[in-house]
Amino acid sequence: MPVYFSDRQFGVIEAVCARLIPTDQDPGATEAGVADYIDGLLGAFHFDPPRIWAGGAFSGRFGGSPGFATFHRLTPLDELAWRTRIEGSRGQPEREWNGPVVGWQERYSAGLEALGSDFADVGPEEQDRRLEANREFTAFVYDHACEGMYGAPEYGGNRDGVGWSYIGFPGDVQPRGYTDAEVSGP
Amino acid sequence: MAGRDFDAVIIGSGPGGSTAADILTAAGWSVVLFEKGRNHLIDAEDPSRLATDFSNDEIKFFARHFLGPDPLLEPRTFRVSEEDGDRTHTGEVNNVPSTVGGGGTHADGKVPRFRDDDFRVLSEWGPIEGAALADWPLTYDDLEPAYAEAERLVGVAGQAGANPFAAPRSGPYPMPPGAPMYGSLLTAAAAEQHGWHPYPAPTAVNSVPYDGRPACNNCGFCAFFGCPIHAKGDPVASLQRALLTGRAELRAETFVSRILVRNGRATGVEYIGADGATRTESAGHVILAAGGLETPRLLLLSGFDHPLIGRHVMFHFQSYVLGEMPMRIHGYKGRSVTHVHDDFIVPDADSRAAAREAGLPWFKGGMVEHACPAHPLVEAKFTPWGPAHKDAMRASQMREHLLGFCMQGEDLPQLANRVDLDPSVRDVRGFPAMRVTYRPHRHEQAASAYYGAKMEDCLRTAGAGWAFTYTSPSSIDPKPISRHVAGTTRMGPDPATSVCDAWGRVHTVPNVVVADSSLFPTGAGYGPTLTLVALAIRNMRALATERAG
Repeated sequence: MPVYFSDRQFGVIEAVCARLIPTDQDPGATEAGVADYIDGLLGAFHFDPPRIWAGGAFSGRFGGSPGFATFHRLTPLDELAWRTRIEGSRGQPEREWNGPVVGWQERYSAGLEALGSDFADVGPEEQDRRLEANREFTAFVYDHACEGMYGAPEYGGNRDGVGWSYIGFPGDVQPRGYTDAEVSGP
Repeated sequence: MAGRDFDAVIIGSGPGGSTAADILTAAGWSVVLFEKGRNHLIDAEDPSRLATDFSNDEIKFFARHFLGPDPLLEPRTFRVSEEDGDRTHTGEVNNVPSTVGGGGTHADGKVPRFRDDDFRVLSEWGPIEGAALADWPLTYDDLEPAYAEAERLVGVAGQAGANPFAAPRSGPYPMPPGAPMYGSLLTAAAAEQHGWHPYPAPTAVNSVPYDGRPACNNCGFCAFFGCPIHAKGDPVASLQRALLTGRAELRAETFVSRILVRNGRATGVEYIGADGATRTESAGHVILAAGGLETPRLLLLSGFDHPLIGRHVMFHFQSYVLGEMPMRIHGYKGRSVTHVHDDFIVPDADSRAAAREAGLPWFKGGMVEHACPAHPLVEAKFTPWGPAHKDAMRASQMREHLLGFCMQGEDLPQLANRVDLDPSVRDVRGFPAMRVTYRPHRHEQAASAYYGAKMEDCLRTAGAGWAFTYTSPSSIDPKPISRHVAGTTRMGPDPATSVCDAWGRVHTVPNVVVADSSLFPTGAGYGPTLTLVALAIRNMRALATERAG
């Protein structure tokens, strides 16, 4: 259930991410829930605390008390920054000290519309053609798709660590760390 | 603590400010530290407790500005020169962390000392056209006791005697080196074959339990990340000591907006607290340790008008030489950099000839870090999207196979390179944003080309299939990414040619004392941290002694 995107928009962004980081013999963006990550970023303020900075010090995946899942509270200034960044300045003077800001939500709405609401239904070659034709938006989504594929699962993507396991990366290893032999040896 | 009078206001809680707090509170002073960033380091009410906010989280630290500053709230602007107009870039420009602990929180903690002749470049090597070279108003010998004390206070792991180019030391390092990274061992062996002298990098990271904090466990999320277990002493050791005396108060999320001056003496500061209200705090001394960019900005915002405030900004001209190795080198295990070599700092007959060919009387390179940190999110962002993405990430050309060097090239001070107030861009509080104007001198570009070729050869000796060099700044991105910012309130004996005296005191308002790398007349080819900490130790102790006497 998306918290920000409409079901239709979510279908499109899921199809976009599936082209950016495809499924092959290993899981891709679809299995990792990359679209959920992006939905959770644009809808960060639907969560309390907002889904901006996961907590610390440890996730619990390698021992220690699991703190990642408890996101940091935001100061008023940081809430101002992240709402402005995500929602845009919306004509509010307190958000426009250097002029209006186009938010990420608006960039995604415009970008998804440009790719076409039928994006999920056309063939892969046509999908790639449309992604190439909207280069700037594609690069913008790809940036977030990488975060959703390889970032900590607590942010909504990298489901069950599939992004890390297919590339052979252990993830966040505190408090275990690595032994001297693991550091210095081949 | 409301209503008490403080002996000093300290602006900034990075290595400079924390050291100032440590030395002054030990001498019996009461101090208040103002930090505009948030506190994710230490419990200000119970300083025996360190925070648990830092984590092995690429999204938090690489993508979402957790250590600050937020480029939307506090944009900075950049241009190469005045000829570019007001600015060519707005937003994220050289973001040394803005947080309790300052630059110490993100660094992988390399803390070399300068060499003796780094303090007298002008008289030792001679002038270079277009550069404002100046000797330091103190010698290495003057600073050596403070260097030794800095290494003890922060906790530095290293091996005395391993570096043949090192200046003389009065004693050993407090801790032995930590585990060398596999990639570093390969580059160190190749460097030795080329006749250089790699040695274990002096690092402000515990290799054994030290100062009540654990040894590093090599988690690999080191450079650019805060340490989840506080094995990095640089940001926290001095600050914790100061707070434990009960004579220091830490106010985070507090922006100092003005140093108040009357009749040539500072009376205190005006500041904006977390609640947004503006208040003043009086004190006998103002210690300014906001870093190479924000220290001159605050002086300018306060109406200090010495023409050299903000001038001569230096960053280090960084040469990154990377090569692809046939084997997996797992750069994500370890402390980011475990070997360095100093050979390129010391000119020889060949480098002198190369300098003359480049039309320079001499050039110097910088300390070379043998480096291989790597993480998947950064790697992914450099990888194309589409079917090729998965293959590339599995092969992991970058994270698993890239090995390299980073030379911290000494960049010469130039009058035109400066920090000033942007004429129209503002921060969220309404104050003029900081603007950097910077263009490298051909000195450091020539040194980079010369030594870059040698480093590429060395990587091939180490087994790299190919090697290439890129620099920062470069023609692709003229904004220097090095966070080693120095020189913007240079010290010297003559008030006409310097902003501060040999003890860090602003010539025109001597109870304002700068305690960060803004003081440096030249930048050396080494990171600034240990030297700025040593200067702060020396200068704060002199301040405390002068007042006691």
